[in-house]
Amino acid sequence: MSLEPDEQQEVRRRQKSRAIVMALLLGAFVVLLYAISIAKML
Amino acid sequence: MASKAYPLATTVTADWRDFVALTKPRVLSLVVFTGLCGLLAAPAAIHPVIGFTAVLCIALGAGAAGALNQWYEADLDAMMKRTAGRPLPAGRMEREAALQFGVGLAGFSVILMGLAVNLLAAAILAVSILFYVVVYTVWLKRRTPQNIVIGGAAGAFPALIGWAAATGRVETLPVLLFVLVFLWTPPHFWALALFINSDYARAGVPMLPAVAGQRATRVQILLYALPMAATAVAPWAMGLTGAIYGIGAAVLSGLFVLLAIQVGFSRESDPAKMKAERRLFAFSILYLFLVFGLLVIDKVVA
Repeated sequence: MSLEPDEQQEVRRRQKSRAIVMALLLGAFVVLLYAISIAKML
Repeated sequence: MASKAYPLATTVTADWRDFVALTKPRVLSLVVFTGLCGLLAAPAAIHPVIGFTAVLCIALGAGAAGALNQWYEADLDAMMKRTAGRPLPAGRMEREAALQFGVGLAGFSVILMGLAVNLLAAAILAVSILFYVVVYTVWLKRRTPQNIVIGGAAGAFPALIGWAAATGRVETLPVLLFVLVFLWTPPHFWALALFINSDYARAGVPMLPAVAGQRATRVQILLYALPMAATAVAPWAMGLTGAIYGIGAAVLSGLFVLLAIQVGFSRESDPAKMKAERRLFAFSILYLFLVFGLLVIDKVVA
C-alpha cells in the first residue's frame, strides 16, 4: 500500500503521539506497581 | 472532527484520542463515583494506594466494556446521529483495533484487581464486564424493550466491587446499593427517552416509548420509582446506616417519587413541552450522587 506524502506524514505524527502516550502510561504503571509493592509490605 | 472523512491509510494508525473515546469517558464519572463510595462506605480500612488501584481497575474495566460495546455496535451507531461520530462508525479506526483494545484492557483491569486488591473484587469486575458486553450488548439490547433494565444491572456493579475491594466480602448493604442503582436506571433513562427525539427506532433498537407507547412508559417509570425509594431507605430501616443517610435518603427519595408521579400521570405528548420529564431526568442524576455521597458522610461522621 503506497501512501501519499501527506498521509505518510499524518501516520508518522500519530505513531509519534501514540508512542509518547504509551511511554507515559508505562511510566505511570511502573510507579503504581512500586507504590502497591510498598503498600503491601506495610 | 466527526464528519471529516479520513483517507483509508490513516485508519490503520488511529489517533490515541480515539482509543480514549472508545471507553466512553463521560459514563466513567458515575462509575468511578459509585465505586469510590462503595469503597469508602465499607467498614474496613484500605490502604489509599490499594483503594486507588481498585477504583482505577473499576474505571478501566468499565472503559473496556464501553470499547467492546462500541466494537459490537458499530453498525448500529452508524445509523444514529448521536453516535455516528464515534471512532468506528466515523471510519477513524479499524474494528479489529477496538476489539483488541477492549479485550486487552478488560484482561488487564481484572488481573491487576486480582493481584493488587483481592480475588472477589476481580471476579465481580469480570462478571460485570461480561454481563454488559454479552448479556446486555449482544443478547438483549436489540431484542427486548426492557433492555435498559438489564443495562442498569451492569451500571449497578461498581458499588459492589468497591465494597468487595475494601472488605473482601459481599454483604447486605452493598447488595442494597446494587438493587438501588438497578431500580434507578429505568426511570432515569425512560424519562430521557420520553422527551428526546431518538433515532433508536430507525436503528432497530426496541426502546420502550417507541414499542409500548408513552402511556405504558409513564406507568413503568412510576412502577420502578416506588421500590427504588423503598430500597434507598432500607439500609437505615435495617440499622445498617445512621440517621444522616436515612433522613437524607428518605427526603430525596420522596422528591424522586413526587417527580415520578407527575410524570406517571402526565398526558403531555409534545416532547418540547415535557417539563416534568426533564425535571425527573435532571433530578435523577443529582439524586444518585447525593444518596451515595450521604452514605459516605454518614459513615465518616459515625
